[in-house]
Amino acid sequence: MVIAIAVTVFAALRTALVPRSFGQYGHYRGAAIAETAARPIAFAGHDVCEACHTEVVDQKKQGKHVVVPCEACHGALAKHADDPASVKPPKLDTAVLCARCHEANSAKPKGFPQVVTADHSGGIACDSCHQPHRPKIEDSPAKPATEARK
Amino acid sequence: MEITRRRLLVLLPAAAVAWKFVLAGTPEASPNYKLTEHWWSMLIDIPKCIGCGSCVRACAQENDVPDGFYRTWVERYRVTDWKIERPEVESPDGGKLGFPPNQSDGKNFFVPKLCNQCADSPCTQVCPVGATFVTPDGVVLVDKTYCLGCRYCVQACPYGCRFINPKTNTAEKCSLCYHRITKGLTTACCEVCPTGARQLADLKNPKDPIHEFLKTHTVQVLKPHMATQAKVFYNGMDGSVR
Amino acid sequence: MYPNEVELQWSILIVLYPFITGLVAGAFILASLERVFRVEAVKPTYRLALLTALSFLLVAPLPLQLHLGHPERSLEMYMTPHRSSAMAMFGFVYLWYLMAVLLLEVWLDYRRDIVVKSKTATGVSRFIYRLLTLGSDNISPRSLRIDDRLGYFITLIGIPSAFLLHGYVGFIFGSVKANPWWSSPLMPIVFIFSAMVSGIAAVMLLYMASSRLRGKPIDIRCLDKIAQYLMYIFIIDFSLEMLDLLQRIYEADESFRSLDFMVHTRLWTSQVIIQILLGTVTPIALLGLTQLVKFTEVVRKRIYAVAGCLTVIGIFAMRWNVVIGGQLFSKSFLGYTSYKMAFATREGLLTAIILMILPFGILWMLVKLLPPWTDSGSIPASAAAPAQATS
Repeated sequence: MVIAIAVTVFAALRTALVPRSFGQYGHYRGAAIAETAARPIAFAGHDVCEACHTEVVDQKKQGKHVVVPCEACHGALAKHADDPASVKPPKLDTAVLCARCHEANSAKPKGFPQVVTADHSGGIACDSCHQPHRPKIEDSPAKPATEARK
Repeated sequence: MEITRRRLLVLLPAAAVAWKFVLAGTPEASPNYKLTEHWWSMLIDIPKCIGCGSCVRACAQENDVPDGFYRTWVERYRVTDWKIERPEVESPDGGKLGFPPNQSDGKNFFVPKLCNQCADSPCTQVCPVGATFVTPDGVVLVDKTYCLGCRYCVQACPYGCRFINPKTNTAEKCSLCYHRITKGLTTACCEVCPTGARQLADLKNPKDPIHEFLKTHTVQVLKPHMATQAKVFYNGMDGSVR
Repeated sequence: MYPNEVELQWSILIVLYPFITGLVAGAFILASLERVFRVEAVKPTYRLALLTALSFLLVAPLPLQLHLGHPERSLEMYMTPHRSSAMAMFGFVYLWYLMAVLLLEVWLDYRRDIVVKSKTATGVSRFIYRLLTLGSDNISPRSLRIDDRLGYFITLIGIPSAFLLHGYVGFIFGSVKANPWWSSPLMPIVFIFSAMVSGIAAVMLLYMASSRLRGKPIDIRCLDKIAQYLMYIFIIDFSLEMLDLLQRIYEADESFRSLDFMVHTRLWTSQVIIQILLGTVTPIALLGLTQLVKFTEVVRKRIYAVAGCLTVIGIFAMRWNVVIGGQLFSKSFLGYTSYKMAFATREGLLTAIILMILPFGILWMLVKLLPPWTDSGSIPASAAAPAQATS
């Protein structure tokens, strides 16, 4: 008798407490898949950038940075892509940014362009001499040194 | 359980109904996405990785990863001479801000790591309530409204890719940017990788370049002896990688 | 270390949990020695062992609940248990053991006393006793005999259930292939035997302490028997642990170098000094000595007390070394971290201390409610029907 009551209570509890979509695809809440897929997006993806910024695309095509996605340097810009007028991408500090990829490190692939920035530039901003979208100096003369930032 | 004819008669229709659910399964947020048409994996090309840490930063931004925890990270290996079983490995802040300038002898390289999206995942095996699971399209996800925070899955993962998010007190790990890949985008880490060392791959897509790549390159998975059927493939991975 | 491994996942509360369930299983096995295996000498501790097991089993879920990130969701383990998860299945093993074995056994054994007290007690206690009778106040010789048979049967099921209870905890650790310190088929067996050791030692100490507190004489024959069983089981437990250790050292697989270094540095005090030397070798030696040399009663009691205390400390150290030790090294076998135990937090030392004191509080209340002593007026069920043929 006690067992019968216990089983009934358990069954009732179970019907009340177990989420509806549980077991839909397996031993988990099926609705969780949709919930996970509904997260907001932070990175727009380079296709979205290239749709508008065609002049940058042309510039990049002439140099080695053609393979570097826009948001690798410019950060997450889905908000900007949604509302280009009001959300402006932040200005980048090339002295820090470029070193992340190009600072010499023995673990980097040997053919990869890397420098010891202290010797190479003495710590000044990389875009004093290099144009980030077409980095080879001979290809695109950079801005005058007066605009260099420490 | 013996497959008697009677049992089969009961099981088959039940299985058919269940499969119909799976076939019809479309995460509501992306109505054109069919769960059964994809089987996600990732390809990591170690000779291309420059240890810039862009992937780690992008992932943290895309997925609100708290400081001190990592859904993906980069390790730097140094192997001297024949000591393949005893490399020196470092991962300062998961490689989030890149690696300090370094000139060392021996063999040096970077290894990005993330959840291996195991097809035979030990973490889903040990979850007591079904809060972590493998989706029909091959991604291991965590249901943070269901997770108890018992940490058994964190213990069971051989790759150390899981952690407990201190804000939600639930388990968390790389979700292969599920919210992006179901909309036709690539993962945040693959999106920002400047050298293309990380590539998302869909094993069910016959046109995906991964099939040709796997045929023509020497590829490994991490800890194959764990028999987890890991789906993150490493090209050019050295035997010292742990 | 993999970056996510630096912080330990399972804290001192998870060390407490196998320790407590171990005491439960061990105390129950001691009780079953009398009930099923008819070891008459240990009868004075029968009821005390059952009450000890019950007190600790009631506290056992608390460290788990306090450790969970979302304790309010813990009912999910019973509603949607994942059948491939040892932890989920353990929830049912615990429930089974608590309801079907321990509570039922305690109730059956005490039923006569409860019925008597429900008629003779006054005030609040009378109400409590009436509640405990569960409506049945039949204490005729026939119904007492049924109680006895049922109790025997339940203890019979209870022994494998006790093994299952704590063996399962061992399996929860032993089945984690990702962790070589835990992953071993021996783990459930080692857990079971160390549980028996700790439980028996704990009941022995409680018996000595409670007799001392009540000013009653200790049945030395009972104590001698318990100590003897303790020694035998301890020898088996020690052999198993040494077997695991020796095999590991000999085979020296991929994880060995890392684990060996860990034992020599971070676990030296807790494993070699406390668990092995002080907590295992010394008690076995002391107990062995009492078997070989005929000491006086007083000396024997002192030796048993010391051996008992060292044993319980040693088994706690063993749980510590398994749980914490298993998280101090990296799964890459290339690094180590350390356990920073807080004091007054949800999973801190203070909480652990309180949780360890709590079962004694419960035991004290149970002892007041259902006295296990045979020399203060209440008659144990097994002696209630002297004229009946024992079977």
